[in-house]
Amino acid sequence: MSLSLEGKTCLVTGGSRGIGKAIALRLAEFGADVAITYARSADAAEEVKEEIEKLGRKAKALQADAVDLARTEEVIAELVDDWGKIDIIVNNAGITKDNLILRMNEEQWDDVINTNLKSIFNYSKAAAKPMMRNRGGSIINISSVVGISGNAGQSNYAASKAGIIGFTKSYAKELASRNIRANVVAPGYILTDMTDQLDEKVLQGIKDETPLGRAGNAEEVADAVVFLASDMSSYVTGEVIRVDGGMAM
Amino acid sequence: MSQDVESKVKAIIVDKLGVDESEVTADANFTNDLGADSLDTVELIMEFEKEFDLSIPDEDAENIATVGDATTYLSGKLS
Repeated sequence: MSLSLEGKTCLVTGGSRGIGKAIALRLAEFGADVAITYARSADAAEEVKEEIEKLGRKAKALQADAVDLARTEEVIAELVDDWGKIDIIVNNAGITKDNLILRMNEEQWDDVINTNLKSIFNYSKAAAKPMMRNRGGSIINISSVVGISGNAGQSNYAASKAGIIGFTKSYAKELASRNIRANVVAPGYILTDMTDQLDEKVLQGIKDETPLGRAGNAEEVADAVVFLASDMSSYVTGEVIRVDGGMAM
Repeated sequence: MSQDVESKVKAIIVDKLGVDESEVTADANFTNDLGADSLDTVELIMEFEKEFDLSIPDEDAENIATVGDATTYLSGKLS
């Protein structure tokens, strides 16, 4: 077995920026053809597509709202039509709309749950039949340590990320007999556009809580994804791998 | 035509579920009589879709529980 992803086709949702971008590029470096979806950042998505192609792999950048099941099914159908199969799905698309529970409005709750959790249902469901036909596949869902430990001010985000873990374990059990694996990567404090919005004091607090004493980078999350995507993890399913510097031990 | 549908349906079931053709009677239930698990029934529907080049919506698929259900449904769709 090896980490090589040559001959495999992947989809990374929310692949134009941050952790999703790092994952898309890492998968391509290891030999996979990679499609990414994006919500709004068309230019950034196009750049990622070009970078993947420079690595000698096939690439696609598809506009898709992860909340829209019908669009999700179109995306999967396009990949299967053009590339013959879909081997790996990385559900990464996600947003935050932080607020204290006492101040959180219904829209903030619904938006985060829909974008972060319903999107996982959408892509995992749409991919199940093609993966069953292909007698195998690997689904990797990006959660967060916040889904394990909770976080004041992020009840909506934490609920969505904890929900991802429950969903993934159920999916893993339902489809294990067809050699379809499903696992979770739960990043901790990773330097991205999303964490750039946090203030200095909060960031120092996070560093103090992290045994490895530093923030992670998106490539370190991508490395765990490569492992779960590859045949090196052929006996791993329903697992949650924290990539958090030890934060949620 | 329906004879043709029936024999194709039977052949798919024999192949997918690894059962003897004699067991594949019209009132045989995929789950209770032919030993299909829930994913096998989904795969049977997928095979029917492929063989007959049509799409079977989930709400229709839920009502296809026996060999007879399948042949009746597919004959109706193809006529």
